[in-house]
Amino acid sequence: MQIALGSLDIARWQFGITTVYHFLFVPLTISLSAMTAALQTAWVRTGKDKYLQATKFWGKLFLINIAMGVVTGIVQEFQFGMNWSAYSRFVGDIFGAPLAFEALIAFFFESTFIGLWIFGWDKLPKKIHLGCIWMVSLGTVLSAYFILAANSWMQHPVGYHYNPKTKRAELDDFLAVLTQNTALAQFFHTMSAAFLTGAAFMIGICAYHLARKKHIAVMRSSLRMALVVAVVAGALTAISGDTLGKVMFKQQPMKMAAAEALWDGQKGAPFSIFAVGDVNKGHNEVAVEVPNLLSFLATDDFGSYVGGINDVNKAEQQKFGPGDYRPNIPVAYWGFRWMIGFGVISIGVGAAGLWLTRRRFWLAPEHRTGEDEVPHLMLTRGLRINEGLSRWYWRIALLTMVFPLLANSWGWIFTETGRQPWVVYGVLRTKDAVSPGVSAGEVLTSVIVFTALYAVLAVIEVRLLVKYVKAGPPELTDDDRRSPTRIGGDREDADRPMAFSY
Amino acid sequence: MHLHDVWFVLIAVLWTGYFFLEGFDFGVGILTKLLARDRAERRVLINTIGPVWDGNEVWLLTAGGATFAAFPEWYATLFSGFYLPLLVILVCLIVRGVAFEYRAKRPDERWQRNWEHAIFWTSLVPAVLWGVAFANIARGVKIDAAKDYVGSVWDLFNGYALLGGLVTLTLFTFHGAVFVSLKTVGPIRERARALASVAGVVAAVAAAAFLIWTQAHSGDTWSLVALIVAVAALAAAVGANLAGREGWAFACSGITIAAAVAMLFLSLFPDVMPSSLNSDWSLTVTNASATPYTLRIMTWCAGIATPLVLLYQGWTYWVFRKRIGTQHIAESLH
Ligand code: HDD
Ligand code: HEM
Ligand code: HEM
Repeated sequence: MQIALGSLDIARWQFGITTVYHFLFVPLTISLSAMTAALQTAWVRTGKDKYLQATKFWGKLFLINIAMGVVTGIVQEFQFGMNWSAYSRFVGDIFGAPLAFEALIAFFFESTFIGLWIFGWDKLPKKIHLGCIWMVSLGTVLSAYFILAANSWMQHPVGYHYNPKTKRAELDDFLAVLTQNTALAQFFHTMSAAFLTGAAFMIGICAYHLARKKHIAVMRSSLRMALVVAVVAGALTAISGDTLGKVMFKQQPMKMAAAEALWDGQKGAPFSIFAVGDVNKGHNEVAVEVPNLLSFLATDDFGSYVGGINDVNKAEQQKFGPGDYRPNIPVAYWGFRWMIGFGVISIGVGAAGLWLTRRRFWLAPEHRTGEDEVPHLMLTRGLRINEGLSRWYWRIALLTMVFPLLANSWGWIFTETGRQPWVVYGVLRTKDAVSPGVSAGEVLTSVIVFTALYAVLAVIEVRLLVKYVKAGPPELTDDDRRSPTRIGGDREDADRPMAFSY
Repeated sequence: MHLHDVWFVLIAVLWTGYFFLEGFDFGVGILTKLLARDRAERRVLINTIGPVWDGNEVWLLTAGGATFAAFPEWYATLFSGFYLPLLVILVCLIVRGVAFEYRAKRPDERWQRNWEHAIFWTSLVPAVLWGVAFANIARGVKIDAAKDYVGSVWDLFNGYALLGGLVTLTLFTFHGAVFVSLKTVGPIRERARALASVAGVVAAVAAAAFLIWTQAHSGDTWSLVALIVAVAALAAAVGANLAGREGWAFACSGITIAAAVAMLFLSLFPDVMPSSLNSDWSLTVTNASATPYTLRIMTWCAGIATPLVLLYQGWTYWVFRKRIGTQHIAESLH
């Protein structure tokens, strides 16, 4: 028993570590592929050098990132079988299908077209080459959709029945799994968060160069695009987060109560800003709250009743039998706050930047800047922020790069730990999901190996990113501007070196 | 024919696709040490698979995902049972992917050398381990009544399995060498052909021994047919290579891989993972499969998606059909 418990905890750590790590790269991949595609589209349509330079620059950073996303994804595909074999047997009928769809439809798409895009600069006509990066972008979105539908089923199982003979969950309605409101809300929220993440990444790097007055033309256009994306995606993230919260309140009341450290149910429940509590006694010792806000978030009604941790625990004990149905309250509570907090800061930096760097409108003529000038940061029509403050804005903007990454990680930690003790809510407990035949030593080996490997790779990747960020966009040659007219490359330059090689 | 039989065939097809495609790029990875004489030549080798290796690897992910969906019990038993070897394979695939993508991202010699070592070892080790894994599946392993693997790691490294590992290693090296001779120009092409002849003969001896052993252990008439096809195709591939018919040699080495996978699966059927403890405990296409409803959905998806995948992956090979040589590698990278 001691050992079984040990391997359960280690397996949980393993899943948390590998998945959160995978998800550092995923949102960047999703958003950078689309934004690189948008910049390349601008180049194809206008022929302007700055867009081609921007495409090559962001494209390179995107490639460094996606390489890590791809290799960490391979582990994800197999670890259900390795560490969670009981889970795999139990839910495979339902859960396997979206995973297989993801591979068949999305991964083939991404991986094939990314190869064509990387090596295709001198092999494909301009528009076909552009089509390839859009295909990659489509692939990443599809991939996210299928995996999130699978995850949503764990949050809120639908479209299945339990077969006591085989002791497995069996699928009745695949469409219900793909289109239930949990999946749609989660997809909407995760996608908008992904775009906020990529936009903040771009803003940070543009700020770095603009503060040094380097590569101005490229960084200026990129910055404007990124600021708009950040504000739009940020707003959508908040809206979809609110929707997701309402869905969650209905489906997993315990998670909502835990997220707020609301111990006892009440009408007109407050939204907690800060709390210190005692989990054993089941109450908070210190609490700073906004009255009635939680009721509104959960149901759109300031006066409605929201169940507390203690009440929901009792209700679940009656429904599912004796036991403790409370997740780790501090993790859920703080996870929720870090997600919103870090996210909102980056939205704020984006909104501020969008206002400060605005063009034409509401700007006195003498403050309008040209393509090759660093935009003036303008507080009002004629009032320019002084040098010192401007420098601070660029510095904070650079820091903002990491905030959405933190928000994403905490959002997932909240979502997944808030569901405990269930791995499939109300259906299968995490402790019954682990592989019975795998020893604690084996799981420990793999945690150590993956953690060490991932740490080394993180150092390598960050160094590479820094190197390419600092180098800035490449100078263009005539070869860069010229695209072949035939698929496979033009004949007359058969012996020319490849435009790209490993 | 039941849908679970169809899916048994489709899983075999996915593994065939994987071994055919990643087979040659494992081979190319191994050849970076056996064939290339300098940095430019190593780069030529790596670039023959540059645009396609990631797409090739997705065949593995699909085989994994499809097994999860169509045969959840098989997925669960296999990957929890072969835990440590699978861990090694995953580590190799991670490092290998990063190596391809990051190797050229810095000009300095040491950085590139390190990644080249990584490419060699992370191609070689999985090439062996996949053979070991499949040999164990074919032979049967210790599976208990609860469908869990109860043997130790060392049980997996028996003589038969090691021979299986040698077969995949030599076969992939051969397949890779033939691929290189088909995709390159200049001296490296000649050397690839010479090396392919040697690797082909070694692979033929190992494969014949392994397949005959398999046939004797659990074969039937159909698997015997597959065996004969595999050995004949391998002989033809070696012959074509000697005759300088590179396209034919590659097609035949591909047929060898397909026939060898077919042979293993035919000798398995209707089991998917036999138990060596008690044949009642074996996982079979019936007791390991998903419900007919899930299988039907999966069949629709695979029926529509697979031809499309073949179409656009095929197109990629056509776009990059030109042979490459050291003249195509730019002097400076940056
Ligand atoms: C940049 C990232 C980011 C930002 C700014 C936000 N979120 Fe979020 N949130 C995520 C990134 C994220 C995530 C990592 O993507 C999660 C994890 C699971 C999911 O679907 O999205 C998540 C989950 C998640 C959940 C849990 C869903 C569940 O367990 O079923 C709720 C209720 C919210 N979010 C609500 C919000 C609200 C009200 C926000 C207000 C601004 C907010 N999120 C901002
Ligand atoms: C990329 C986004 C995801 C992140 C960051 C994430 C994060 C986590 C974390 C931190 C845990 C550990 C929770 C704990 O042990 O208390 C966990 C557990 C788990 N998650 Fe997720 N998860 C993600 C997506 C998914 C998806 C898409 C699935 C299924 C398709 C999934 C399935 C699981 C399973 C099976 C466990 C193990 C049981 C458990 O300990 O909770 N997760 N995840
Ligand atoms: C635990 C569940 C997960 C599994 C099994 C999984 C599996 C994988 C695999 C195998 C790959 C590599 C594909 C390739 O070789 O091209 C991958 C990459 C990817 N995954 Fe995940 N993943 C998981 C979680 C997630 C989540 C939650 C999302 C999105 C919301 C996501 C989105 C992506 C995307 C967009 C890619 C491609 C780009 C990249 O690699 O960065 N994944 N995933």
